[in-house]
Amino acid sequence: MSTAAFLVVKPGLLTSVQDLGRFGHQAAGVPVAGPMDSFSHRLANQLVGNDPDAATLEITLIGPELIVEADTVAAITGAHFEVTCDDRSVAMGASFGVRAGARLKFGRIHQGARAYLAVAGGVQTPRVLGSRATHLVSRMGGLSGRSLVAGDRIPIVTGAAQRPHRKAVGLTLPTNGRALLRVLPGPQDYWFTPDALRMMTSVSFRISPRSNRMGYRLEGPPLPRVKDGELISEPVGIGAIQVPAAGEPILLMADRQTAGGYPKIGHVISADLPLAGQLAPGDFIEFVVCSPQEAVAALIARERQLLRFADLKDAS
Amino acid sequence: MKIRHCGDSMLLVELEATIDPVVNERAILLASRIRARAARGVRDVAPGYCTLGVHFDPTQTDLAALEHAIEVEFSAIEAIETVTERAVVEIPVEYGGDGGPDLKAVADHAGCSEQDVIDRHTARTYRVYMLGFVPGFAYMGRVDPAIAAPRHRVPRERVRAGSVGIAGGQTGVYPVDSPGGWQLIGRTSTVMFDADRATPSLLAPGDLVRFVAAPRS
Repeated sequence: MSTAAFLVVKPGLLTSVQDLGRFGHQAAGVPVAGPMDSFSHRLANQLVGNDPDAATLEITLIGPELIVEADTVAAITGAHFEVTCDDRSVAMGASFGVRAGARLKFGRIHQGARAYLAVAGGVQTPRVLGSRATHLVSRMGGLSGRSLVAGDRIPIVTGAAQRPHRKAVGLTLPTNGRALLRVLPGPQDYWFTPDALRMMTSVSFRISPRSNRMGYRLEGPPLPRVKDGELISEPVGIGAIQVPAAGEPILLMADRQTAGGYPKIGHVISADLPLAGQLAPGDFIEFVVCSPQEAVAALIARERQLLRFADLKDAS
Repeated sequence: MKIRHCGDSMLLVELEATIDPVVNERAILLASRIRARAARGVRDVAPGYCTLGVHFDPTQTDLAALEHAIEVEFSAIEAIETVTERAVVEIPVEYGGDGGPDLKAVADHAGCSEQDVIDRHTARTYRVYMLGFVPGFAYMGRVDPAIAAPRHRVPRERVRAGSVGIAGGQTGVYPVDSPGGWQLIGRTSTVMFDADRATPSLLAPGDLVRFVAAPRS
């Protein structure tokens, strides 16, 4: 195997290198980062025969134009974009062969917010603290810790080509920019009035334009608290719904800080985080409370969706 | 001690809700004991002031066994009443000037001279309670109450790396250029975080720090 590159002709709105994240360094304040929709990231890797942790490109709302400088196999999952490879239409959720010099162009987006482009062997930017994930605020990982710009060359592997023509059922994307997300209450639901959780689960929240990979600010009714002030800063996890004093919740996403002092009324379950990752500013979220058993069952169902695909691959 | 579930992929272990060196020491020791167990599915263990977060992969983790392990490890550290002696890390700071644009405001807040602020900031040995915000950002305490100026109501959009700030009873150094709301009293050339070093973060939870006034270059 040797290395070639994606040459970035147009970077798109926000295209970054992501793997499953930088775990193990949160005690030093190092955020995890990783894909906003980890399911689609993993599926894209499966389609080209990679490990789930191989690095992909996360593509947001407006996609890039790339020249692929090697014969390889690629796959695109997640948000539904119109994509062409040398002016031939490319199907989402299926691997396809790419000839050296081919021009991969992302056009209109129809559904979802983030697509994942995987290439056989994975994107080969250097690992930082064991991960290739880009964390934009601390400028760590990926390509110099930033999103792509025109003229960048993203190293990829050549000679790792797998057989193309694999298909899989992708994530069910949000319809009309709305998603229903399941929530487990806690760990500070006791900071809120009994009405707060009922209020949170009976309205739609609009994702504010001041949202990003760190978190979604949610516009809606303020959630009333029984306790003022802030917590002593404590570790936080992905999917936390934290509520600052003004009462507008923030859903913490992939680039979240490692710790924070706002009380958390609940957490979106792991099985529904990929769907949350397919939302954009202006979209709407509704929350519904579920049980821990339902959260586990939903996650197992999601994992099975990936395993079913793996079975097909083994049989081919 | 209480274990709270944060969704389905993190446990929050709460000790006493207080900012206290001994409680913080227990949180740090408990975190390192849980980490050392390397239980299947555990991805990361991070201590806070008086809590710790145990991040896990729910598809790989026996949750009941993990909670039991946390209880067993807690029983081994709950009686600890002292903090481990550690070497003091000295951080040279050029106070005031371009690197410390808020030194005068902090002095005004305290009703003292700028030199008094410097003397009070350098007089204490600080404990690193936790790291967060950005890689290598250490929350240190406690600042002399006389100079414990509150953070800016509107944060600066860009604070230079190396800036030394005060926010109430806390002090810290910005490791990278970032937005920030702390009162900036000086700047250090010490590199707080470098991912290429064997130990990327200069400071770890529990470390002791002294700031030393350096002549302005």
